[in-house]
Amino acid sequence: MSRKLTRRKFMAATAAGAAAATFKFPAPAVAQGAPFKLGLLTVKTGPLAQGGIQMEQGVVTWLKEHNNTMAGRKVDFISADTGGNPAGAKTKTQELVERDKVDVILGPLAAFELLAIADYIAQAKTPLLSLAAAEDLTQRKPNPYFLRASACSSQAMHPMADFAAKELKLKRMITISEEFAFGYEQMGGFQQTFEENGGKILKKLWPPIVTPDYTPYLAQIADCDGVCQGFAGSNPLRFMKQYAAAGMKYPVVTGETGGDDALLHSFGDEALGMHSCCPYTSDLPTDANKRFIAGMEKNFNVLPGFYAAGLYVNCQVVEAGLKNNGGSSDDKAKLMTALRAVSLTETPRGPIKFDHFGNVIGDFYVRRLEKANGKLVNKTVKTYHNVSQFWTYDEKKFLAQPVYSRDFPPIKS
Amino acid sequence: MSARIAALVVALAALATLPFWLADIYYINVSSQILLYAIFALGLDVLVGYAGLVSLGHAGLLGIVAYATGFMLMEGLGHPLAIVIALAIGLAGTAVFAALSLRATGIGFIMITLAIGEILWGLAYRWISFTGGDNGIGLKTRPAPFGYSMSSPYTFYYTTLIIFLLSVIAMAIFVRSPFGAALRGTRDQPRRMNALGYHVWAIRFWACMFSGLLTAVAGILFVYYTQFISPQTVALTSSAEVLLMVIAGGPATLLGPIVGAALVVVVKSVVSGFIERWNFLLGAIFVAIVILMPEGLVPGSARLWRLAWRKAGAQRAKTEGKP
Amino acid sequence: MNFWLVLAVNSVTFGGLLFLLSAGFSLIFGLMRIPNLTHGSLFMLGAYFGAAFAGGMLGIMFNFWLATLMAAALMAALGALAERFLLRQLPGQQLAQVLVTLGISFMVADFCLMVWGGDPVNVATPAGLGGFIRVGQAAFPLYRLAIIVIAMVFAVALWYLLDRTRLGAMIRAGVDDPDMARVVGIRVSRLFTIVFALGAGLAAFAGIIGAPILSVYPGLDQDMLPLALVVVILGGTGSLLGSFVGSIIIGFIYNFGLALLPELAYFVLFLPMLLVLIVRPQGLFGRQVP
Repeated sequence: MSRKLTRRKFMAATAAGAAAATFKFPAPAVAQGAPFKLGLLTVKTGPLAQGGIQMEQGVVTWLKEHNNTMAGRKVDFISADTGGNPAGAKTKTQELVERDKVDVILGPLAAFELLAIADYIAQAKTPLLSLAAAEDLTQRKPNPYFLRASACSSQAMHPMADFAAKELKLKRMITISEEFAFGYEQMGGFQQTFEENGGKILKKLWPPIVTPDYTPYLAQIADCDGVCQGFAGSNPLRFMKQYAAAGMKYPVVTGETGGDDALLHSFGDEALGMHSCCPYTSDLPTDANKRFIAGMEKNFNVLPGFYAAGLYVNCQVVEAGLKNNGGSSDDKAKLMTALRAVSLTETPRGPIKFDHFGNVIGDFYVRRLEKANGKLVNKTVKTYHNVSQFWTYDEKKFLAQPVYSRDFPPIKS
Repeated sequence: MSARIAALVVALAALATLPFWLADIYYINVSSQILLYAIFALGLDVLVGYAGLVSLGHAGLLGIVAYATGFMLMEGLGHPLAIVIALAIGLAGTAVFAALSLRATGIGFIMITLAIGEILWGLAYRWISFTGGDNGIGLKTRPAPFGYSMSSPYTFYYTTLIIFLLSVIAMAIFVRSPFGAALRGTRDQPRRMNALGYHVWAIRFWACMFSGLLTAVAGILFVYYTQFISPQTVALTSSAEVLLMVIAGGPATLLGPIVGAALVVVVKSVVSGFIERWNFLLGAIFVAIVILMPEGLVPGSARLWRLAWRKAGAQRAKTEGKP
Repeated sequence: MNFWLVLAVNSVTFGGLLFLLSAGFSLIFGLMRIPNLTHGSLFMLGAYFGAAFAGGMLGIMFNFWLATLMAAALMAALGALAERFLLRQLPGQQLAQVLVTLGISFMVADFCLMVWGGDPVNVATPAGLGGFIRVGQAAFPLYRLAIIVIAMVFAVALWYLLDRTRLGAMIRAGVDDPDMARVVGIRVSRLFTIVFALGAGLAAFAGIIGAPILSVYPGLDQDMLPLALVVVILGGTGSLLGSFVGSIIIGFIYNFGLALLPELAYFVLFLPMLLVLIVRPQGLFGRQVP
């Protein structure tokens, strides 16, 4: 319940600020320098609200920890609800850029929202840091004003496949993921690396995003030695329940959303033993992570997952970039260069830096879902360091191949 | 009568000078959005209000035109050609839509249109080579008619305003025409119209085509406004949203869909910046409208206004009547 | 062999759940001619309430079945209130009914987000039904088999209610000719409230019964409403037998369609619905609805 009050109070304060901005009240004189305007595009209504709410929690936790200040400047934080659709994302981005004149935008949540605003933010020269995993925005159609500190769709799946082949010694797997770009790109990455390490993908199953009952697909999972799932949102919970209820015992591996720490309090025993690879893991024993988790528990009484951590790290990156740029956000092109040059070691997800496309290079953690003291935890079993979006592949060769899709890589007969 | 004309003149003047008294570019963009959704809502109103046919698949028609435009622009066609072909494709699609849906009326019509809308949504997801799947299609540029680039919010607003006014005039002509009267006849008394010799199916079919034309125009404006099209636009929630605009504003009126569009767009785009639970608020507004003015905002307000006027008149008569 | 067996059994069990979901909608639409677009929201809200009761919200952890009955009763009461104060004012005004039901569904969806947050809620399978029966290599979850039994019990109970009780006779009279029913002295308004409450309670019951399989999450309402509509259309509105047969048929189409025609996954339900509507707009078992 304290969670609601905190957000409501915050929204009230933000509303007051936004109201003042709309009706052009004379701005009160600020003591030291103009405030730094930070915008957030998130989703707080509808099914995507699950990740959206966590995104805002991550930002608020960072702001509270740092007394609402970035690089010595007061932060004007404006959170916008896109409604989870591209037209809404475009409208809210316009609101942030044109009406609120933000310096940097965090978010949006979904890939299709990001694609809807990509051209606009490049035109408006506004730096954007998003968790949305659309691959080509940092590969074949790079955007100069885009920065991704989390991971692109396949970035966590390459190491997962490596682990599955080398450590779990799996050889014949079936993949199952939702039928949309995020699913295609995850499974494509998994397949490529898995097959290069001596494995074989027998079948790729694609349930539509709205599939209440996965049984028609579960019935097709047989004669293999492992399953790779790439579900996101609320679907991993439902899938694992139905998987276990159907008596299936093959080991399950998944990516950053399928075993997200934020879902740990919803999962039941059916998820025990599942391996996931994620750019963030709540059991990373660094001080930075402990501080972050403590903040999340104090403010929202919740264990953070991939979304909250991603936004917290985004705030760290923005502050570092701002500091490197002398605290100035007037020349956006210079700010963008400073942001891309950021290299941090003390983040909740470990050390990070960016490649020349603006995508992160960092540590990825393979965890195993276990029970400790009666609660479910994701325990890190292996850390892959310095993972880029190209894994161990040559960048030019990777870019020359088509983007991971439903049919690429193809199933080998 | 003159009060109405005065109100009309004031409204037109306000719309024409909007960029001058509405400070931010942002609000000008919101106004453009309201106008294009108003055209969409007017198109749906042709069926819902005047033909008595409720469609839950109109977002599919909008989507067909939007995707066609996006696809052709991606293939390198110029804007004028893309627009013309998209309109043609939209009308063809409407004809098929009408032919299928008019097999039934009442709840059957609603369900058929819902099914068609859902099928079009599925196509938008799966026909990746044409639609790009859930990655959608992005439009790089906006057209520049007569040298004025629509990339400027002002030009876009004025272009939209002109098209909007033309649409309203078209609706007005339609409503007052014999065809409009015949359509209302088929809404109220289909059997009698049949007995009188009117071809009810054909009347409804052409009403669908007119509706489809307005929807196609809205679709083109929409895809140029957002410069992006993806399956969300074709989803059931989008069809429900425009239907709500029509019903909340007042079906079978000219002003109703416009007011309804303004209501929904303002709550979604502007109010959502101040109120976190704007979805709840929107639902509550709809319920309130049903309780207070079930015939819609515009007819309901007119009714309440007349009531207040009459009460004030009675009050005056009472005080003046006393010697 | 396993594959076909598993799918066939699941078709029936999924059909059972769909029957529970759609029976309420069919009743409400059949009697009151209201397309109750809040049906998905009632399903979801009932599931959330049931999950809250079973999960120890009021300080006590209720037994799953007790929690189910409580949630269904609560939703029936709320449904009765909604009918009495909102829908009753709008007889025959279909557009206003659409507006109010959609408005309520917006409010319910946001309400659930406010109270229970965005994360999915896991509802444990009730004790004793957690395992599965093995037949060769195929496994049949016990709980799903239990759903078939529950669905059949309800189907029989509803049939008995409609066919053999006085209330049922009044309901059928109201469906056939509401005005004549009034003339004969049947309190049709009260009947409407009862039927709407029954429909809401059934939807909520279906929601919580389905929760151990589907879990409860924001967006559940939008996922389930189209399914209910498809069943009702196929089976025919206002016909209980239609709902039952329609549910089983949809169960088969869903399972075999998704498994055998993955390319058509998005169309596997709506294409048959469209075909039926075009050929026979009243559905398989329905009467000609004006």
